[in-house]
Amino acid sequence: MNAQAQTQYATEVGYNFAYLDEQTKRMIRRGLLKAVAIPGYQVPFGGREMPLPYGWGTGGMQLTAAILGAEDVLKVIDQGADDTTNAVSIRRFFARTAGVKTTTRTPEATVIQTRHRIPETPLNGDQIMVYQVPIPEPLRFIEPSETETRTMHALEDYGVMHVKLYEDIATFGHIATSYAYPVTVDARYVMDPSPIPKFDNPKLHMSPALMLFGAGREKRLYAVPPFTRVVSLDFEDHPFEIQRWDECCAFCGSQDSYLDELIVDDAGTKRFVCSDTDYCMQRRDLEEEGAQ
Amino acid sequence: MSAAEKLHLHSETAQPLFSVRDLTHLYGPEKGCQGVSFDLYPGEVLGIVGESGSGKSTLLSLLSGRCPPDRGSVSYRDSEGNWLDLYSASEAQRRTLLRTEWGFVEQNPRDGLRMGVSAGANIGERLMAQGVRHYGELRAAGIDWLQQVEIDPLRIDDLPRTFSGGMQQRLQIARNLVSSPRLIFMDEPTGGLDVSVQARLLDLLRGLVRELDLAVVIVTHDLAVARLLADRLMVMRRSHVVEAGLTDQILDDPQHPYSQLLVSSVLQP
Repeated sequence: MNAQAQTQYATEVGYNFAYLDEQTKRMIRRGLLKAVAIPGYQVPFGGREMPLPYGWGTGGMQLTAAILGAEDVLKVIDQGADDTTNAVSIRRFFARTAGVKTTTRTPEATVIQTRHRIPETPLNGDQIMVYQVPIPEPLRFIEPSETETRTMHALEDYGVMHVKLYEDIATFGHIATSYAYPVTVDARYVMDPSPIPKFDNPKLHMSPALMLFGAGREKRLYAVPPFTRVVSLDFEDHPFEIQRWDECCAFCGSQDSYLDELIVDDAGTKRFVCSDTDYCMQRRDLEEEGAQ
Repeated sequence: MSAAEKLHLHSETAQPLFSVRDLTHLYGPEKGCQGVSFDLYPGEVLGIVGESGSGKSTLLSLLSGRCPPDRGSVSYRDSEGNWLDLYSASEAQRRTLLRTEWGFVEQNPRDGLRMGVSAGANIGERLMAQGVRHYGELRAAGIDWLQQVEIDPLRIDDLPRTFSGGMQQRLQIARNLVSSPRLIFMDEPTGGLDVSVQARLLDLLRGLVRELDLAVVIVTHDLAVARLLADRLMVMRRSHVVEAGLTDQILDDPQHPYSQLLVSSVLQP
């Protein structure tokens, strides 16, 4: 009934609402319920073929398809930007197969699919973040066996996680892991927060928005429910730190957002700009309004 | 020392640390090990000798909780004095035991070490698993243990694969001893090493075992290793323990025909 009501919004005929069939979406939703019930636990799901290759966001797209309703407003970001190839094509994909409204403005969106970044604009309780995850298993780098990593999760046997951080300090003098920085969710499961920079890790902690993570190739999904404790792993004498820049954004002058480094000429001149394009635009619009 | 303290000390060493009853695991008739019973006391070194295929390694994996037996029990008295039946304990308890109060030295150091991370991380891993979250302490423990096993502390950040075979084996021993275990299992720790390196490793092991008062179960086919390290010997053949007793007694005056054959087959230089 609901699906029928929704199909009339679809601009592309011949596809079910949001591409996936209803049974698949129900299967994914069941997985999501389990994931929300056990924060940070990786739930297997029967991943489907999507019309784009693995590594381009198939996991995130299946989750988005499963939770999308006709009234939702979708935002898709890739590397923080709304105008990169991946972000544009996934946004258009859902506009055509689901007929949902899309936006680039963070406060207007109800579902935000992302790789790499959490928007700088604080999220609210009506929003859902969907992450595209390449390798969901944080223990994989040290333990190649899946049965063994599952046992380690079950027994909370997480000593090896610190081995990697130890290696970083021994090699570089500080914890050099800068993205996919492991976190403990709700004092129980160690989770890979997907390839977001560690700059964004504190935004996961006690976030009012629901966070869903989908890995298409590995066919795993996991979640951080709203207002859940998320703590980044560290050592007592080498505490967790986020990246800092001496520069500010060349466009909007922001000093507290995540900056991308751009080389602008052959002489190697560097400029820094906000990686979150929407945040940068909002700040510039505000400045213009102030000037008028 | 008062009489009461003496008595307490006496009862501490008089109680076994590790007790095995009728341990059996068979892959086929006479294949595996059967009917093994013994007690191991704190600070005691037990050698298991026998030919290839006699069930030595099966017995060791049964003892160390790696493979559930068909029959029989393995129990361990922990540092608080409580007896724990290894195979009725939970997997979590077994794992905790294996990384705190026990150690396992593999024959091939590549199986016992993490080859992809530095020597210091290898030594620190057990401590991190026990919840040490202070980098400085981990580092100090790493340097201390490298010195104890006679490896240059400057090599703390080198990968184990850049180490020689003997050094890898010593690193593996350091990695196991860092959590100050009470019981160590060793599977042919000197196998694959040349004679001079073997001698140094044995010397080091003997020193550490005496110094730390470790109980050790060591599997070997080399009687010289057994004579040097073990207080007691068990001779295995075709899944049975054919003879058990004090090392010198068995090596100098073997009773069972197979033990006699084993002892007489050693080349006299």
